[in-house]
Amino acid sequence: MMKKTYKLIDLDCANCAQKMETAIKKLDGVTDASVSFLTQKMTIETDGDEAALNELMKKVVKTCKRVEPDCQIVL
Amino acid sequence: MTRKNKKALARILVSAALLLAAALLPTEGWLRWVTFLVPYAIVGWDVLWKAVRNIAHGQVFDENFLMALATVGAMALGEYSEAVGVMLFYQVGELFQSVAVGRSRHSIAQLMDIRPDSARVLRDGAAQEIDPEEVAVGEKILVRPGEKIPLDGVVTEGSSSLDTAALTGESLPRNAAVGDLVASGCVNLTGVLTVEVSKPYGESTVAKILELVENAASKKARAENFITKFARYYTPAVVIGAALLAVVPPLFVGGWSEWIHRALIFLVISCPCALVISIPLSFFGGIGGASRQGILVKGGNYLELLAKLETVVFDKTGTLTEGVFRLQYLYPTEGVTDAELLETAALAECHSGHPIAQSLRRAYGREIDPDRVSNVAEAPGLGVSATVDGAIVHAGNEKLMDSLGLVPPKPNALGTVVYVTKNGKYLGSAVIADSIKPSAQEAVKALKARGIQTVMLTGDSQGAAETAGSVLHLDELHAELLPGDKVEQLETLLQRKSPKGTLAYVGDGVNDAPVLSRADIGIAMGAMGSDAALEAADIVLMDDDLTKLPAAMDISRKCLRIVRQNIVLALTIKALCLILGAFGLASMWEAVFADVGVAVIAILNASRMLGRK
Repeated sequence: MMKKTYKLIDLDCANCAQKMETAIKKLDGVTDASVSFLTQKMTIETDGDEAALNELMKKVVKTCKRVEPDCQIVL
Repeated sequence: MTRKNKKALARILVSAALLLAAALLPTEGWLRWVTFLVPYAIVGWDVLWKAVRNIAHGQVFDENFLMALATVGAMALGEYSEAVGVMLFYQVGELFQSVAVGRSRHSIAQLMDIRPDSARVLRDGAAQEIDPEEVAVGEKILVRPGEKIPLDGVVTEGSSSLDTAALTGESLPRNAAVGDLVASGCVNLTGVLTVEVSKPYGESTVAKILELVENAASKKARAENFITKFARYYTPAVVIGAALLAVVPPLFVGGWSEWIHRALIFLVISCPCALVISIPLSFFGGIGGASRQGILVKGGNYLELLAKLETVVFDKTGTLTEGVFRLQYLYPTEGVTDAELLETAALAECHSGHPIAQSLRRAYGREIDPDRVSNVAEAPGLGVSATVDGAIVHAGNEKLMDSLGLVPPKPNALGTVVYVTKNGKYLGSAVIADSIKPSAQEAVKALKARGIQTVMLTGDSQGAAETAGSVLHLDELHAELLPGDKVEQLETLLQRKSPKGTLAYVGDGVNDAPVLSRADIGIAMGAMGSDAALEAADIVLMDDDLTKLPAAMDISRKCLRIVRQNIVLALTIKALCLILGAFGLASMWEAVFADVGVAVIAILNASRMLGRK
């Protein structure tokens, strides 16, 4: 199991953070995710290894782009 | 204010000036439309753009879309100044919100400012500054006065006093000398220290605390989950309401533009932002404020439970008491001095690891020459016998004396009694007991003043429990419990409390993990450097100070009060505006207030949680 935290830039609204979280949780391979508007951080949990996580992050970035185009994930 | 905020402010000011000019210009027809369109475009272009873009991405009921629809609708109805004004007001509110949240976030970040930036590691005889994460266990680091200790370790050189306030909230400095364990996050005050690193950064006290507090935000309180759920239904419901309002009444009474106007008001109120931001902010502020006082709360849900605290169950040893046995009294028989009695007892017990033996040796205080003692035999549950300076010494309890055929006088003091004989002759007795923490008395008093039931569970004898209970004025105590009995006793207490109230168990987290996890709230104390306590409990008191418990309760109650205020405030104002709007009594101005105005008020209210203690 892997768990990693990423910094977020320009996450501007709490509602969007909530939406991002919901959308990311629905992705295949994500066991848990939380997006914190207050700490501007995102935590992703997955069953896979490091490589799988990196692969997964591509999908996560895409999802974020769709939900909240202004927000950037620092990989 | 960030650069982004400043830009937003500039746009608002320019647009406001142009709006004023447009309102004063005596223009007619399409020219009038154009004069209002300019300030509208300046202040609202990004909202419109985001609305279009988000729809393309399949995000329909979003704030931008609703604002765009409402203002474009107003424009179409010929309400130019209202359209521009509402957009302007909305942007002012957004700016306010952004500044207020940014500020709160900044002060939370300051609360958490215990992360060390660098470590000065000694390599090849020279000190070099590197990232604490790159320091290996066993390396030596140099910490100068005024610097934060970057990693946990043992002092190998120097002595100093340490400010532990960032970890424990305790303002009294702590001394550190060679051989002492020092925790990362403390600030070195007076002398230069050389510290041998004992844990990698990832496992250090600082890293653990930061991780814990940051993760706390993901354990959501019931109030937070309620808001999330509420937000999911609220916006679509209001939008459907708006659609019905725009279409249904005019079918019967006519006046299409008036009803559409009312529907647009609905749209403006439909964003749940006030709640979505302010509720988590309150909890986060509460958790941050508590951690500043050395109280780590592992999630907003525990803050919520703590506010409804009804019963506190204490473990006795190590929690209410020091957990260290100390020699309290000596009762030598006639012709024997205190010193003689103590020396004999300490020598006889010199090899035993029993806490009683340790306390006797500590009280004796001098080096023991092992050559003076031989033939040591420990009789479990009774005591020891040994040859001391050629004389046979027995030291132990009443049963041991009984087996020797002696009936010594029982000392009139509570605690564990050790009787000592030398060559069959009775020398006297020593009473050893655990002393009650000064903070325990204060804490129990403060809890009772808040209407909390106090209960003590202990494996100790009934007598020892009763003394502690009467000194502390506890409501209830249960003694002579085996570890399994403690869980059972806790179950009974859990069943007895009212369904809404909660029960907290306070222990040292070392051997009461099952009880800690069974209680509604498990509270472990004295966690500086104890990983077990950090992991087992829901709330962790960093030092041994029990008065932090009522302090934590006050924080949680204040937090919950603010959360309730915000929920009631936001829902009432929104409901009121919806009703007034439906009957045509509220204008779009009131609607914008109900949206961003309320959000700003709620955020300001929530930021009280971050303020002074």
